[in-house]
Amino acid sequence: MRAQAGSLPMAGAQTARRRFIGSLSLYLPLLVPVVALSIIPLVQGISLGFTDYRLGSPARFNFLANYARMLGDRDFWTSFRTGFIWTFTVTGGEIILGMGLALLLNGRIPFRGLWRILILIPWAMPPVIKGLIWRFVYHPDAGLLNYALISLGILRYPINWLSDFAWALQAVVLVGIWTGLPLATVVLLSGLQTIPEELREAAALDGASGWRQFRYVTLPLMAPIIVALSSLEFIWNFNSFGLVYVLTEGGPAGLTRLPMLFAYFEGFQYGNLGYAAALGNIMVLIIGGFVLYGVRRQGGAA
Amino acid sequence: MRMAMTLAAPTRRRATTLLLLVPLAAYIIFLAFPLLWLTSTSFKRPNEILVLRPTVIPKAPTLENYREVLGPGGVVRASLNTMKVAVASAVLALAIALPAAYALARKQSRLNKAIIGWILVSQSFPSILIIVPLFLILARFSLANSHLGLILVYVVWSLPFVLWILHGFVKGLPNELEEAAAVDGASFPQILFRILMPLLLPGLATTLLYAFVNAWNEFFFALVVLKDPQLMTVQVSLSRFRGLEGLARWGPLAAGSVIATVPAMAAFAFLQRRLVSGLLSGGVKN
Repeated sequence: MRAQAGSLPMAGAQTARRRFIGSLSLYLPLLVPVVALSIIPLVQGISLGFTDYRLGSPARFNFLANYARMLGDRDFWTSFRTGFIWTFTVTGGEIILGMGLALLLNGRIPFRGLWRILILIPWAMPPVIKGLIWRFVYHPDAGLLNYALISLGILRYPINWLSDFAWALQAVVLVGIWTGLPLATVVLLSGLQTIPEELREAAALDGASGWRQFRYVTLPLMAPIIVALSSLEFIWNFNSFGLVYVLTEGGPAGLTRLPMLFAYFEGFQYGNLGYAAALGNIMVLIIGGFVLYGVRRQGGAA
Repeated sequence: MRMAMTLAAPTRRRATTLLLLVPLAAYIIFLAFPLLWLTSTSFKRPNEILVLRPTVIPKAPTLENYREVLGPGGVVRASLNTMKVAVASAVLALAIALPAAYALARKQSRLNKAIIGWILVSQSFPSILIIVPLFLILARFSLANSHLGLILVYVVWSLPFVLWILHGFVKGLPNELEEAAAVDGASFPQILFRILMPLLLPGLATTLLYAFVNAWNEFFFALVVLKDPQLMTVQVSLSRFRGLEGLARWGPLAAGSVIATVPAMAAFAFLQRRLVSGLLSGGVKN
Protein backbone atom coordinates (compact mmCIF):
# COMPACT_ATOMS: atom_id res chain seq x y z
CA MET A 1 0.00 0.00 0.00
CA ARG A 2 2.79 2.33 0.89
CA ALA A 3 4.25 1.81 -2.58
CA GLN A 4 0.97 2.81 -4.16
CA ALA A 5 0.64 5.97 -2.14
CA GLY A 6 4.25 6.83 -2.90
CA SER A 7 3.79 6.47 -6.64
CA LEU A 8 2.22 9.91 -6.76
CA PRO A 9 4.30 12.75 -5.41
CA MET A 10 2.22 14.39 -2.73
CA ALA A 11 2.59 16.87 0.07
CA GLY A 12 3.04 15.31 3.52
CA ALA A 13 -0.24 16.59 4.90
CA GLN A 14 -2.15 15.26 1.95
CA THR A 15 -0.63 11.76 2.31
CA ALA A 16 -1.55 11.75 5.97
CA ARG A 17 -5.10 12.70 5.10
CA ARG A 18 -5.33 10.08 2.38
CA ARG A 19 -3.97 7.51 4.74
CA PHE A 20 -6.56 8.52 7.33
CA ILE A 21 -9.36 8.07 4.80
CA GLY A 22 -7.83 4.80 3.64
CA SER A 23 -7.82 3.29 7.11
CA LEU A 24 -11.21 4.81 7.87
CA SER A 25 -12.74 2.75 5.06
CA LEU A 26 -11.13 -0.38 6.49
CA TYR A 27 -12.41 0.50 9.95
CA LEU A 28 -15.91 1.31 8.78
CA PRO A 29 -17.46 -2.18 9.09
CA LEU A 30 -16.16 -2.26 12.64
CA LEU A 31 -17.00 1.30 13.60
CA VAL A 32 -20.71 1.09 12.80
CA PRO A 33 -21.56 -1.76 15.21
CA VAL A 34 -19.03 -0.52 17.75
CA VAL A 35 -20.54 2.95 17.90
CA ALA A 36 -24.15 1.73 17.80
CA LEU A 37 -23.85 -1.25 20.14
CA SER A 38 -20.84 -0.52 22.30
CA ILE A 39 -20.00 3.17 22.65
CA ILE A 40 -23.53 4.60 22.69
CA PRO A 41 -24.78 1.91 25.11
CA LEU A 42 -21.76 2.51 27.35
CA VAL A 43 -22.48 6.22 27.51
CA GLN A 44 -26.15 5.45 28.08
CA GLY A 45 -25.24 2.96 30.78
CA ILE A 46 -23.09 5.50 32.58
CA SER A 47 -25.81 8.16 32.41
CA LEU A 48 -28.51 5.71 33.54
CA GLY A 49 -26.51 5.54 36.74
CA PHE A 50 -27.64 9.09 37.47
CA THR A 51 -31.35 8.31 37.07
CA ASP A 52 -34.01 6.52 39.07
CA TYR A 53 -34.85 4.31 36.08
CA ARG A 54 -36.98 1.27 36.84
CA LEU A 55 -38.37 -1.13 34.25
CA GLY A 56 -41.73 0.21 33.10
CA SER A 57 -41.46 3.77 34.39
CA PRO A 58 -39.69 6.69 32.68
CA ALA A 59 -36.15 7.59 33.73
CA ARG A 60 -35.67 10.83 35.65
CA PHE A 61 -32.33 12.37 36.49
CA ASN A 62 -31.75 12.24 40.20
CA PHE A 63 -28.11 13.36 40.11
CA LEU A 64 -26.27 11.65 42.95
CA ALA A 65 -29.26 10.11 44.75
CA ASN A 66 -28.18 6.57 43.78
CA TYR A 67 -24.77 7.14 45.31
CA ALA A 68 -26.25 8.66 48.44
CA ARG A 69 -28.40 5.56 48.70
CA MET A 70 -25.31 3.35 48.47
CA LEU A 71 -23.76 5.11 51.46
CA GLY A 72 -26.61 3.90 53.63
CA ASP A 73 -27.08 0.55 51.90
CA ARG A 74 -25.55 -2.15 54.09
CA ASP A 75 -25.80 -4.69 51.25
CA PHE A 76 -23.67 -2.40 49.09
CA TRP A 77 -20.88 -2.25 51.66
CA THR A 78 -20.97 -6.00 52.29
CA SER A 79 -20.95 -6.72 48.60
CA PHE A 80 -18.00 -4.47 47.76
CA ARG A 81 -16.08 -5.66 50.80
CA THR A 82 -16.61 -9.24 49.59
CA GLY A 83 -15.60 -8.10 46.13
CA PHE A 84 -12.27 -6.76 47.40
CA ILE A 85 -11.50 -9.84 49.50
CA TRP A 86 -12.37 -12.07 46.55
CA THR A 87 -10.38 -10.05 44.02
CA PHE A 88 -7.21 -9.72 46.08
CA THR A 89 -7.09 -13.27 47.42
CA VAL A 90 -7.95 -14.88 44.09
CA THR A 91 -5.50 -12.72 42.11
CA GLY A 92 -2.74 -13.20 44.68
CA GLY A 93 -3.38 -16.93 44.97
CA GLU A 94 -3.34 -17.40 41.22
CA ILE A 95 -0.05 -15.61 40.84
CA ILE A 96 1.76 -17.19 43.78
CA LEU A 97 0.55 -20.73 43.05
CA GLY A 98 0.94 -20.11 39.30
CA MET A 99 4.57 -19.08 39.81
CA GLY A 100 5.23 -22.26 41.78
CA LEU A 101 3.70 -24.42 39.09
CA ALA A 102 5.44 -22.52 36.27
CA LEU A 103 8.81 -23.02 37.99
CA LEU A 104 8.12 -26.74 38.33
CA LEU A 105 7.11 -27.04 34.69
CA ASN A 106 10.11 -25.01 33.56
CA GLY A 107 12.49 -27.44 35.26
CA ARG A 108 13.75 -30.80 34.08
CA ILE A 109 10.84 -33.10 34.72
CA PRO A 110 9.67 -36.26 32.94
CA PHE A 111 6.50 -36.05 30.78
CA ARG A 112 6.61 -32.26 30.87
CA GLY A 113 4.42 -31.93 27.76
CA LEU A 114 1.67 -34.04 29.32
CA TRP A 115 1.57 -31.99 32.53
CA ARG A 116 1.47 -28.78 30.54
CA ILE A 117 -1.72 -29.97 28.84
CA LEU A 118 -3.35 -31.41 31.97
CA ILE A 119 -3.01 -28.19 33.93
CA LEU A 120 -5.14 -26.39 31.33
CA ILE A 121 -8.29 -28.34 32.20
CA PRO A 122 -10.04 -25.76 34.39
CA TRP A 123 -9.36 -23.02 31.85
CA ALA A 124 -11.29 -24.72 29.06
CA MET A 125 -14.36 -25.56 31.14
CA PRO A 126 -17.47 -23.38 31.03
CA PRO A 127 -17.84 -21.39 34.29
CA VAL A 128 -21.29 -22.85 34.93
CA ILE A 129 -19.90 -26.38 34.88
CA LYS A 130 -16.99 -25.42 37.10
CA GLY A 131 -19.58 -24.16 39.57
CA LEU A 132 -21.64 -27.35 39.32
CA ILE A 133 -18.62 -29.62 39.82
CA TRP A 134 -17.47 -27.76 42.88
CA ARG A 135 -20.95 -27.71 44.35
CA PHE A 136 -20.69 -31.44 44.28
CA VAL A 137 -17.15 -31.49 45.67
CA TYR A 138 -18.39 -29.32 48.57
CA HIS A 139 -21.65 -31.23 49.06
CA PRO A 140 -22.29 -31.87 52.77
CA ASP A 141 -23.39 -35.50 52.45
CA ALA A 142 -21.95 -36.91 49.24
CA GLY A 143 -19.13 -34.41 48.70
CA LEU A 144 -15.60 -35.44 47.95
CA LEU A 145 -13.98 -32.90 50.26
CA ASN A 146 -15.82 -34.01 53.38
CA TYR A 147 -15.15 -37.64 52.50
CA ALA A 148 -11.43 -36.98 52.05
CA LEU A 149 -11.04 -34.88 55.20
CA ILE A 150 -13.02 -37.29 57.35
CA SER A 151 -11.13 -40.36 56.13
CA LEU A 152 -7.83 -38.55 56.76
CA GLY A 153 -9.05 -37.83 60.29
CA ILE A 154 -8.90 -34.04 59.86
CA LEU A 155 -12.66 -33.58 60.22
CA ARG A 156 -15.04 -35.40 62.51
CA TYR A 157 -18.31 -34.17 61.08
CA PRO A 158 -19.09 -33.10 57.53
CA ILE A 159 -19.20 -29.35 56.87
CA ASN A 160 -21.71 -27.73 54.53
CA TRP A 161 -18.93 -25.60 53.01
CA LEU A 162 -21.01 -23.35 50.79
CA SER A 163 -23.68 -22.56 53.41
CA ASP A 164 -21.40 -22.17 56.40
CA PHE A 165 -20.71 -18.57 57.41
CA ALA A 166 -17.21 -19.47 58.49
CA TRP A 167 -16.29 -21.28 55.27
CA ALA A 168 -18.38 -20.10 52.31
CA LEU A 169 -16.09 -17.26 51.24
CA GLN A 170 -12.92 -19.37 51.52
CA ALA A 171 -14.59 -22.18 49.60
CA VAL A 172 -15.57 -19.81 46.80
CA VAL A 173 -12.10 -18.21 46.69
CA LEU A 174 -10.49 -21.63 46.32
CA VAL A 175 -12.62 -22.30 43.24
CA GLY A 176 -11.69 -18.86 41.90
CA ILE A 177 -7.99 -19.68 42.23
CA TRP A 178 -8.55 -23.08 40.64
CA THR A 179 -10.22 -21.37 37.68
CA GLY A 180 -7.53 -18.78 37.06
CA LEU A 181 -4.46 -20.89 37.82
CA PRO A 182 -4.02 -22.33 34.28
CA LEU A 183 -3.88 -18.96 32.51
CA ALA A 184 -1.58 -17.49 35.16
CA THR A 185 0.73 -20.51 34.89
CA VAL A 186 0.85 -20.44 31.09
CA VAL A 187 1.66 -16.73 31.00
CA LEU A 188 4.28 -16.98 33.76
CA LEU A 189 5.81 -20.06 32.14
CA SER A 190 6.17 -18.29 28.81
CA GLY A 191 7.86 -15.46 30.69
CA LEU A 192 10.23 -17.86 32.47
CA GLN A 193 11.22 -19.36 29.15
CA THR A 194 12.51 -16.01 27.92
CA ILE A 195 15.01 -15.78 30.80
CA PRO A 196 18.41 -17.04 29.58
CA GLU A 197 19.61 -20.05 31.53
CA GLU A 198 23.13 -18.51 31.70
CA LEU A 199 21.97 -15.78 34.07
CA ARG A 200 20.89 -18.23 36.75
CA GLU A 201 23.92 -20.41 36.14
CA ALA A 202 26.17 -17.42 36.64
CA ALA A 203 24.38 -16.61 39.89
CA ALA A 204 24.72 -20.23 40.96
CA LEU A 205 28.47 -20.17 40.26
CA ASP A 206 28.71 -17.06 42.43
CA GLY A 207 27.25 -19.20 45.20
CA ALA A 208 23.65 -17.99 45.17
CA SER A 209 21.19 -20.50 46.63
CA GLY A 210 18.09 -21.59 44.72
CA TRP A 211 15.94 -19.13 46.64
CA ARG A 212 18.39 -16.25 46.06
CA GLN A 213 18.63 -17.08 42.35
CA PHE A 214 14.87 -16.81 42.21
CA ARG A 215 14.68 -13.67 44.34
CA TYR A 216 17.47 -11.66 42.70
CA VAL A 217 17.58 -12.99 39.12
CA THR A 218 14.25 -14.50 38.10
CA LEU A 219 11.82 -12.29 39.99
CA PRO A 220 13.13 -8.88 38.82
CA LEU A 221 13.13 -10.08 35.20
CA MET A 222 9.58 -11.36 35.61
CA ALA A 223 8.27 -8.17 37.25
CA PRO A 224 6.72 -6.60 34.11
CA ILE A 225 4.84 -9.82 33.28
CA ILE A 226 3.66 -10.20 36.86
CA VAL A 227 2.39 -6.60 36.94
CA ALA A 228 0.57 -6.96 33.61
CA LEU A 229 -0.92 -10.30 34.60
CA SER A 230 -2.09 -9.12 38.00
CA SER A 231 -3.78 -5.99 36.62
CA LEU A 232 -5.67 -8.09 34.05
CA GLU A 233 -6.62 -10.66 36.68
CA PHE A 234 -7.69 -7.86 39.00
CA ILE A 235 -10.13 -6.55 36.38
CA TRP A 236 -11.47 -9.98 35.46
CA ASN A 237 -11.89 -11.13 39.03
CA PHE A 238 -13.54 -7.91 40.17
CA ASN A 239 -16.06 -8.27 37.30
CA SER A 240 -16.59 -11.99 37.87
CA PHE A 241 -20.13 -13.34 37.84
CA GLY A 242 -21.02 -16.82 36.54
CA LEU A 243 -18.88 -18.99 38.79
CA VAL A 244 -20.10 -17.60 42.11
CA TYR A 245 -23.66 -17.27 40.81
CA VAL A 246 -23.76 -21.01 40.22
CA LEU A 247 -21.84 -21.91 43.39
CA THR A 248 -23.79 -19.94 45.99
CA GLU A 249 -26.00 -17.38 44.23
CA GLY A 250 -24.36 -14.93 46.62
CA GLY A 251 -25.34 -16.78 49.80
CA PRO A 252 -25.35 -17.58 52.63
CA ALA A 253 -27.22 -14.35 53.43
CA GLY A 254 -25.21 -12.30 50.93
CA LEU A 255 -21.81 -13.36 52.29
CA THR A 256 -20.44 -14.20 48.82
CA ARG A 257 -22.48 -11.65 46.85
CA LEU A 258 -19.82 -10.11 44.61
CA PRO A 259 -20.50 -6.61 43.20
CA MET A 260 -21.60 -8.02 39.83
CA LEU A 261 -24.09 -10.35 41.50
CA PHE A 262 -25.41 -7.50 43.62
CA ALA A 263 -25.85 -5.31 40.54
CA TYR A 264 -27.50 -8.17 38.62
CA PHE A 265 -30.03 -8.82 41.37
CA GLU A 266 -30.79 -5.10 41.74
CA GLY A 267 -31.21 -4.62 38.00
CA PHE A 268 -32.77 -7.77 36.67
CA GLN A 269 -34.56 -9.21 39.69
CA TYR A 270 -35.82 -6.06 41.42
CA GLY A 271 -35.92 -3.96 38.22
CA ASN A 272 -33.81 -1.12 39.67
CA LEU A 273 -31.88 -0.58 36.46
CA GLY A 274 -30.78 2.93 37.43
CA TYR A 275 -29.30 1.72 40.71
CA ALA A 276 -27.67 -1.25 38.93
CA ALA A 277 -26.03 1.11 36.43
CA ALA A 278 -24.85 3.30 39.32
CA LEU A 279 -23.23 0.25 40.91
CA GLY A 280 -21.55 -0.40 37.55
CA ASN A 281 -20.21 3.17 37.56
CA ILE A 282 -18.67 2.67 40.99
CA MET A 283 -17.06 -0.55 39.76
CA VAL A 284 -15.57 1.32 36.80
CA LEU A 285 -14.20 4.00 39.12
CA ILE A 286 -12.57 1.40 41.34
CA ILE A 287 -11.05 -0.51 38.41
CA GLY A 288 -9.88 2.72 36.76
CA GLY A 289 -8.30 3.85 40.02
CA PHE A 290 -6.42 0.62 40.50
CA VAL A 291 -5.22 0.44 36.90
CA LEU A 292 -3.99 4.05 37.03
CA TYR A 293 -2.26 3.38 40.33
CA GLY A 294 -0.61 0.28 38.84
CA VAL A 295 0.53 2.15 35.72
CA ARG A 296 1.93 5.00 37.82
CA ARG A 297 3.82 2.69 40.12
CA GLN A 298 5.18 0.75 37.19
CA GLY A 299 6.21 4.03 35.52
CA GLY A 300 7.87 5.23 38.73
CA ALA A 301 9.79 1.99 39.14
CA ALA A 302 11.07 1.96 35.57
CA MET B 1 17.84 -24.93 49.87
CA ARG B 2 21.13 -26.66 49.23
CA MET B 3 23.36 -26.15 46.25
CA ALA B 4 22.85 -28.41 43.30
CA MET B 5 26.13 -27.45 41.65
CA THR B 6 28.58 -28.94 44.17
CA LEU B 7 27.15 -32.45 43.98
CA ALA B 8 25.88 -32.63 40.44
CA ALA B 9 25.93 -36.40 40.26
CA PRO B 10 23.15 -38.00 38.18
CA THR B 11 21.75 -39.84 41.20
CA ARG B 12 21.42 -36.61 43.05
CA ARG B 13 19.64 -35.02 40.13
CA ARG B 14 17.26 -37.95 39.98
CA ALA B 15 16.51 -37.49 43.66
CA THR B 16 15.66 -33.79 43.20
CA THR B 17 13.45 -34.67 40.21
CA LEU B 18 11.55 -37.11 42.39
CA LEU B 19 11.26 -34.44 45.05
CA LEU B 20 9.78 -32.05 42.49
CA LEU B 21 7.22 -34.61 41.38
CA VAL B 22 5.47 -34.48 44.77
CA PRO B 23 4.29 -30.84 44.55
CA LEU B 24 3.63 -31.32 40.83
CA ALA B 25 1.35 -34.26 41.59
CA ALA B 26 -0.50 -32.13 44.13
CA TYR B 27 -1.04 -29.42 41.52
CA ILE B 28 -2.23 -31.89 38.88
CA ILE B 29 -4.67 -33.53 41.27
CA PHE B 30 -6.04 -30.15 42.35
CA LEU B 31 -6.48 -28.98 38.75
CA ALA B 32 -7.59 -32.11 36.96
CA PHE B 33 -9.38 -34.23 39.54
CA PRO B 34 -12.73 -32.38 39.50
CA LEU B 35 -13.17 -33.16 35.80
CA LEU B 36 -12.24 -36.80 36.33
CA TRP B 37 -14.79 -36.91 39.14
CA LEU B 38 -17.49 -35.36 36.98
CA THR B 39 -16.84 -37.85 34.20
CA SER B 40 -16.88 -40.79 36.58
CA THR B 41 -20.13 -39.57 38.15
CA SER B 42 -21.76 -39.33 34.75
CA PHE B 43 -21.38 -43.13 34.39
CA LYS B 44 -22.79 -43.95 37.84
CA ARG B 45 -26.25 -45.07 38.87
CA PRO B 46 -28.11 -42.94 41.45
CA ASN B 47 -27.48 -45.45 44.24
CA GLU B 48 -23.76 -45.12 43.66
CA ILE B 49 -23.70 -41.31 43.56
CA LEU B 50 -25.07 -40.29 46.92
CA VAL B 51 -22.99 -42.61 49.03
CA LEU B 52 -20.65 -42.01 51.93
CA ARG B 53 -17.71 -43.85 50.38
CA PRO B 54 -17.55 -42.85 46.72
CA THR B 55 -15.13 -44.55 44.31
CA VAL B 56 -13.37 -43.01 41.34
CA ILE B 57 -14.19 -45.90 39.01
CA PRO B 58 -17.90 -46.73 38.87
CA LYS B 59 -18.62 -50.23 40.20
CA ALA B 60 -21.51 -50.73 37.80
CA PRO B 61 -21.00 -48.29 34.94
CA THR B 62 -24.10 -47.25 33.04
CA LEU B 63 -24.99 -45.11 30.04
CA GLU B 64 -28.43 -44.42 31.52
CA ASN B 65 -27.52 -40.79 32.41
CA TYR B 66 -26.45 -40.05 28.85
CA ARG B 67 -29.56 -41.69 27.44
CA GLU B 68 -31.73 -39.56 29.69
CA VAL B 69 -29.93 -36.29 29.00
CA LEU B 70 -29.86 -36.87 25.24
CA GLY B 71 -33.57 -37.65 25.22
CA PRO B 72 -36.46 -35.18 25.08
CA GLY B 73 -36.16 -32.27 27.50
CA GLY B 74 -32.42 -32.84 27.77
CA VAL B 75 -29.48 -30.78 26.67
CA VAL B 76 -29.76 -31.46 22.94
CA ARG B 77 -31.91 -28.47 22.06
CA ALA B 78 -29.97 -26.19 24.39
CA SER B 79 -26.70 -27.38 22.82
CA LEU B 80 -28.01 -26.72 19.33
CA ASN B 81 -29.16 -23.25 20.41
CA THR B 82 -25.70 -22.54 21.79
CA MET B 83 -24.00 -23.91 18.70
CA LYS B 84 -26.09 -21.65 16.47
CA VAL B 85 -25.48 -18.52 18.52
CA ALA B 86 -21.78 -19.22 19.02
CA VAL B 87 -21.03 -20.02 15.37
CA ALA B 88 -23.01 -17.07 14.00
CA SER B 89 -21.50 -14.56 16.40
CA ALA B 90 -17.94 -15.82 15.88
CA VAL B 91 -18.20 -15.67 12.07
CA LEU B 92 -19.82 -12.24 12.16
CA ALA B 93 -17.25 -10.82 14.57
CA LEU B 94 -14.41 -12.17 12.46
CA ALA B 95 -15.80 -10.72 9.23
CA ILE B 96 -16.21 -7.30 10.82
CA ALA B 97 -12.83 -7.34 12.53
CA LEU B 98 -10.66 -8.54 9.65
CA PRO B 99 -10.35 -5.26 7.66
CA ALA B 100 -9.90 -3.34 10.88
CA ALA B 101 -7.23 -5.77 12.09
CA TYR B 102 -5.38 -5.16 8.82
CA ALA B 103 -5.59 -1.41 9.27
CA LEU B 104 -4.47 -1.66 12.88
CA ALA B 105 -1.47 -3.81 11.99
CA ARG B 106 -0.34 -2.16 8.78
CA LYS B 107 -1.44 1.48 8.60
CA GLN B 108 -0.34 4.31 10.79
CA SER B 109 -3.23 6.60 11.56
CA ARG B 110 -4.80 8.59 14.33
CA LEU B 111 -7.65 6.09 14.40
CA ASN B 112 -5.39 3.31 15.68
CA LYS B 113 -4.98 4.99 19.03
CA ALA B 114 -8.72 5.47 19.38
CA ILE B 115 -9.36 1.82 18.50
CA ILE B 116 -6.76 0.54 20.95
CA GLY B 117 -8.23 2.83 23.58
CA TRP B 118 -11.66 1.38 22.92
CA ILE B 119 -10.30 -2.19 23.14
CA LEU B 120 -8.78 -1.48 26.54
CA VAL B 121 -11.81 0.40 27.89
CA SER B 122 -14.33 -2.19 26.73
CA GLN B 123 -12.30 -4.95 28.36
CA SER B 124 -12.32 -3.31 31.76
CA PHE B 125 -15.98 -2.27 31.90
CA PRO B 126 -18.19 -4.54 34.01
CA SER B 127 -20.76 -6.29 31.82
CA ILE B 128 -23.61 -4.87 33.90
CA LEU B 129 -22.96 -1.38 32.50
CA ILE B 130 -23.14 -2.66 28.93
CA ILE B 131 -26.02 -5.07 29.29
CA VAL B 132 -28.48 -2.65 30.93
CA PRO B 133 -28.63 -0.22 27.97
CA LEU B 134 -28.08 -2.99 25.42
CA PHE B 135 -31.02 -4.87 26.88
CA LEU B 136 -33.17 -1.74 26.51
CA ILE B 137 -32.04 -1.30 22.88
CA LEU B 138 -32.79 -4.96 22.11
CA ALA B 139 -36.19 -4.63 23.78
CA ARG B 140 -37.00 -1.59 21.64
CA PHE B 141 -36.38 -3.60 18.45
CA SER B 142 -38.15 -6.67 19.95
CA LEU B 143 -34.86 -8.55 19.92
CA ALA B 144 -34.77 -9.27 23.65
CA ASN B 145 -35.45 -12.95 24.26
CA SER B 146 -34.28 -13.88 20.76
CA HIS B 147 -31.21 -15.60 19.36
CA LEU B 148 -30.53 -12.72 17.02
CA GLY B 149 -30.39 -10.37 20.00
CA LEU B 150 -27.93 -12.63 21.81
CA ILE B 151 -25.82 -12.97 18.65
CA LEU B 152 -25.56 -9.17 18.42
CA VAL B 153 -24.54 -8.96 22.07
CA TYR B 154 -21.87 -11.62 21.56
CA VAL B 155 -20.51 -9.90 18.44
CA VAL B 156 -20.06 -6.64 20.31
CA TRP B 157 -18.63 -8.41 23.32
CA SER B 158 -16.13 -10.49 21.35
CA LEU B 159 -15.00 -7.79 18.88
CA PRO B 160 -12.25 -6.34 21.09
CA PHE B 161 -10.41 -9.60 21.66
CA VAL B 162 -11.06 -10.87 18.13
CA LEU B 163 -9.61 -7.66 16.74
CA TRP B 164 -6.63 -7.83 19.07
CA ILE B 165 -5.69 -11.42 18.32
CA LEU B 166 -6.26 -11.00 14.60
CA HIS B 167 -4.10 -7.89 14.41
CA GLY B 168 -1.34 -9.88 16.08
CA PHE B 169 -1.54 -12.49 13.34
CA VAL B 170 -1.50 -9.87 10.55
CA LYS B 171 1.51 -8.25 12.16
CA GLY B 172 3.30 -11.57 12.14
CA LEU B 173 3.16 -11.74 8.32
CA PRO B 174 6.10 -10.32 6.39
CA ASN B 175 5.35 -6.90 4.91
CA GLU B 176 7.55 -7.47 1.84
CA LEU B 177 5.03 -9.76 0.11
CA GLU B 178 2.38 -7.05 -0.05
CA GLU B 179 4.87 -4.45 -1.16
CA ALA B 180 6.17 -6.68 -3.93
CA ALA B 181 2.61 -7.39 -5.10
CA ALA B 182 1.79 -3.68 -5.06
CA VAL B 183 4.87 -2.92 -7.12
CA ASP B 184 3.70 -5.57 -9.60
CA GLY B 185 0.45 -3.63 -9.90
CA ALA B 186 -1.88 -5.76 -7.77
CA SER B 187 -4.97 -3.92 -6.48
CA PHE B 188 -5.75 -3.79 -2.79
CA PRO B 189 -8.54 -6.42 -2.88
CA GLN B 190 -6.21 -8.68 -4.84
CA ILE B 191 -3.51 -8.26 -2.24
CA LEU B 192 -5.98 -8.91 0.55
CA PHE B 193 -7.65 -12.01 -0.88
CA ARG B 194 -4.91 -13.55 -3.03
CA ILE B 195 -1.87 -12.95 -0.88
CA LEU B 196 -2.81 -12.25 2.71
CA MET B 197 -5.78 -14.57 3.14
CA PRO B 198 -4.00 -17.86 2.43
CA LEU B 199 -1.20 -16.92 4.80
CA LEU B 200 -3.67 -15.74 7.41
CA LEU B 201 -5.88 -18.85 7.36
CA PRO B 202 -4.34 -20.52 10.43
CA GLY B 203 -4.67 -17.26 12.34
CA LEU B 204 -8.27 -16.86 11.21
CA ALA B 205 -9.09 -20.41 12.28
CA THR B 206 -7.50 -19.85 15.67
CA THR B 207 -9.38 -16.60 16.25
CA LEU B 208 -12.67 -18.09 15.06
CA LEU B 209 -12.32 -21.05 17.38
CA TYR B 210 -11.44 -18.79 20.28
CA ALA B 211 -14.48 -16.58 19.72
CA PHE B 212 -16.61 -19.72 19.41
CA VAL B 213 -15.39 -21.16 22.72
CA ASN B 214 -15.94 -17.88 24.51
CA ALA B 215 -19.52 -17.68 23.24
CA TRP B 216 -20.12 -21.36 23.98
CA ASN B 217 -19.00 -20.85 27.60
CA GLU B 218 -20.69 -17.48 28.15
CA PHE B 219 -23.33 -17.30 30.84
CA PHE B 220 -24.21 -13.79 32.05
CA PHE B 221 -25.52 -12.27 28.79
CA ALA B 222 -27.43 -15.43 27.91
CA LEU B 223 -29.03 -15.36 31.37
CA VAL B 224 -30.15 -11.75 30.94
CA VAL B 225 -31.22 -11.80 27.27
CA LEU B 226 -33.05 -15.14 26.94
CA LYS B 227 -36.15 -15.84 29.02
CA ASP B 228 -37.89 -18.53 26.97
CA PRO B 229 -36.75 -22.05 28.08
CA GLN B 230 -36.99 -23.17 24.44
CA LEU B 231 -34.32 -20.64 23.45
CA MET B 232 -31.91 -21.08 26.37
CA THR B 233 -28.27 -21.89 25.87
CA VAL B 234 -26.74 -24.97 27.40
CA GLN B 235 -25.00 -23.01 30.16
CA VAL B 236 -28.21 -21.35 31.32
CA SER B 237 -30.21 -24.54 31.19
CA LEU B 238 -27.57 -26.42 33.20
CA SER B 239 -27.36 -23.61 35.75
CA ARG B 240 -31.07 -24.03 36.44
CA PHE B 241 -30.32 -27.43 38.01
CA ARG B 242 -28.65 -25.76 40.95
CA GLY B 243 -31.32 -26.54 43.50
CA LEU B 244 -32.35 -29.71 45.29
CA GLU B 245 -33.71 -31.11 42.09
CA GLY B 246 -30.28 -30.85 40.53
CA LEU B 247 -28.61 -32.88 43.24
CA ALA B 248 -31.28 -35.52 43.15
CA ARG B 249 -30.63 -35.76 39.42
CA TRP B 250 -26.88 -35.32 39.64
CA GLY B 251 -26.16 -38.26 37.29
CA PRO B 252 -27.91 -36.80 34.22
CA LEU B 253 -26.63 -33.35 35.19
CA ALA B 254 -23.06 -34.69 35.20
CA ALA B 255 -23.65 -36.32 31.82
CA GLY B 256 -25.02 -33.04 30.45
CA SER B 257 -22.03 -31.18 31.88
CA VAL B 258 -19.60 -33.57 30.21
CA ILE B 259 -21.41 -33.05 26.89
CA ALA B 260 -21.30 -29.26 27.32
CA THR B 261 -17.59 -29.38 28.20
CA VAL B 262 -16.48 -31.45 25.20
CA PRO B 263 -16.65 -28.73 22.48
CA ALA B 264 -14.78 -26.25 24.67
CA MET B 265 -12.18 -28.82 25.67
CA ALA B 266 -11.59 -30.00 22.11
CA ALA B 267 -11.19 -26.46 20.85
CA PHE B 268 -8.81 -25.63 23.68
CA ALA B 269 -6.60 -28.64 23.14
CA PHE B 270 -6.20 -27.44 19.58
CA LEU B 271 -5.85 -23.78 20.48
CA GLN B 272 -3.70 -23.49 23.53
CA ARG B 273 -0.24 -23.24 22.03
CA ARG B 274 -1.16 -20.96 19.14
CA LEU B 275 -3.31 -18.77 21.31
CA VAL B 276 -0.56 -17.99 23.75
CA SER B 277 1.87 -17.17 20.94
CA GLY B 278 -0.84 -15.07 19.24
CA LEU B 279 -1.56 -13.15 22.42
CA LEU B 280 2.11 -12.57 23.07
CA SER B 281 2.99 -11.55 19.53
CA GLY B 282 0.07 -9.13 19.56
CA GLY B 283 1.09 -7.78 22.94
CA VAL B 284 4.85 -7.70 22.90
CA LYS B 285 5.30 -5.85 19.65
CA ASN B 286 3.10 -3.02 20.76
